Amino acid sequence: MEVNALLMDPADNVVTCVTEVSAGTAVVYRKGEEMLTLTALEDIPYCHKIALVDIPEGGEVIKYGESLGKTSEAIPAGHWVSHNNLFSVPRDYDSEMLPL
Amino acid sequence: MEFWGYKRKEGRAGIRNHVLILPTCACGSESCRVVASQVRGAVNIVFNTGCSDVAANTAMSQKVLTGFACNPNVYGVVIIGLGCETVPHMELRKKIQAMTSKPVVSFGIQDEGGTLKTIEKAVRAARDMAAEAAMQQKELCDISELLLGIECGGSDATSGIASNPAVGELSDLLVDMGASTMMSESIEWIGGEHVLAKRAATPEIHNQIIQVCKDYEEHLKAAGQDCRAGQPTPGNKAGGLSTLDEKSLGCIRKGGTRPIVEVLAQGERPTKTGAVVMDTAGYDISSITSMVAGGCNAIIFTTGRGTPTGNAIVPVLKVTANARTYQKMEDNMDVDLSAIVAGTKSYKEMGAELVDVIGDVCNGKLTKAEAFGFSDVAVDHVCRFV
Repeated sequence: MEVNALLMDPADNVVTCVTEVSAGTAVVYRKGEEMLTLTALEDIPYCHKIALVDIPEGGEVIKYGESLGKTSEAIPAGHWVSHNNLFSVPRDYDSEMLPL
Repeated sequence: MEFWGYKRKEGRAGIRNHVLILPTCACGSESCRVVASQVRGAVNIVFNTGCSDVAANTAMSQKVLTGFACNPNVYGVVIIGLGCETVPHMELRKKIQAMTSKPVVSFGIQDEGGTLKTIEKAVRAARDMAAEAAMQQKELCDISELLLGIECGGSDATSGIASNPAVGELSDLLVDMGASTMMSESIEWIGGEHVLAKRAATPEIHNQIIQVCKDYEEHLKAAGQDCRAGQPTPGNKAGGLSTLDEKSLGCIRKGGTRPIVEVLAQGERPTKTGAVVMDTAGYDISSITSMVAGGCNAIIFTTGRGTPTGNAIVPVLKVTANARTYQKMEDNMDVDLSAIVAGTKSYKEMGAELVDVIGDVCNGKLTKAEAFGFSDVAVDHVCRFV
């Protein structure tokens, strides 16, 4: 099976589809040496993300091993993750400062 | 690595040898356009600001104008002013002459008695300067003379996955060879600033990177605005970038992994060699304007959705890893990096290939935006016009 999605970091809970994926078809991605698949439960546009696991409402979406923000609704595995169900949260800059 | 460039008495070598026709303010812009169209070897700047402004904005436009004049790709400067602007042509000329030994002349439209008389004098001056510029021979320059600006625009998900990592690899390779690279667009560090700050060469630089992001958000808040309202753009969202954080985490990869040795204000010239960052807007044209004012002699530009932008002084090289965009917009795209997304080449391999591409641009190969003669400028503002 041909890879049609990319996992950027082993900790990620989404992959990015590099082709259009229709509902009911397989999303195929590589995790290290392993080839993994899941079934898309809705149409995923080119370059968009699909949830690998069930993400609860208010849960974090992880890509590049980092948080992209929080979900505004529960996103079950196989569903489309986009600006419609994911929002950015303000940063806590002061906590990021190093002691000098 | 070496390239054939134009050595300057001060600072880095140029990879182009333009005569720059520079307005003091918006009122001189159209005359500059006409003058540049009459003289081969001349380029003009369209400036939408420079007058009727608060002091901080005037300082910003002066930094851009003097920075443009001092850019290594400029042989000499012909300034056209109006006469009643905040910083008149003679004053701007003196400022530039204090910074560089390049030839600089200036004219004022009100003093000369209107557009045609000014244009006539400016064309003669530009023609003489272009004739002299054409006599300057290229010399072999070490790659340490290169200050490569790294920009992205019209990003989509392929940017963070493929084209930005490839350009990050290019940046690492160039820095290892002794060149300098500059990444900007600080609003697109937000959400990834903690990752970027890990590259800081010192704890002070770490905190400067965080502070730049904090200040940017607070600046917009003070005007009742939210950075997350404009970022990501509708095009970014359609291209699969859902939040500012996602865009930023992809964006910062274009700067590579080498230690960040300096954090610069907009239009500021680096004092260190290696990887530096500049606090600019995420608006690509404005960011390029500030980086060119800061002395970058070449710009590499990653895009997902495709963009035509170009700068009159500095060649802008477009690379995309979106195969559809490359095919649809080949007129504007210089390099196809889609093999990374297809999985047939790694971002490291394609980053290494970009070293030769940049070498060609340094040696004089025109980028597509350059061949079209594009001259986009956007000067950032710290406050409304008055």
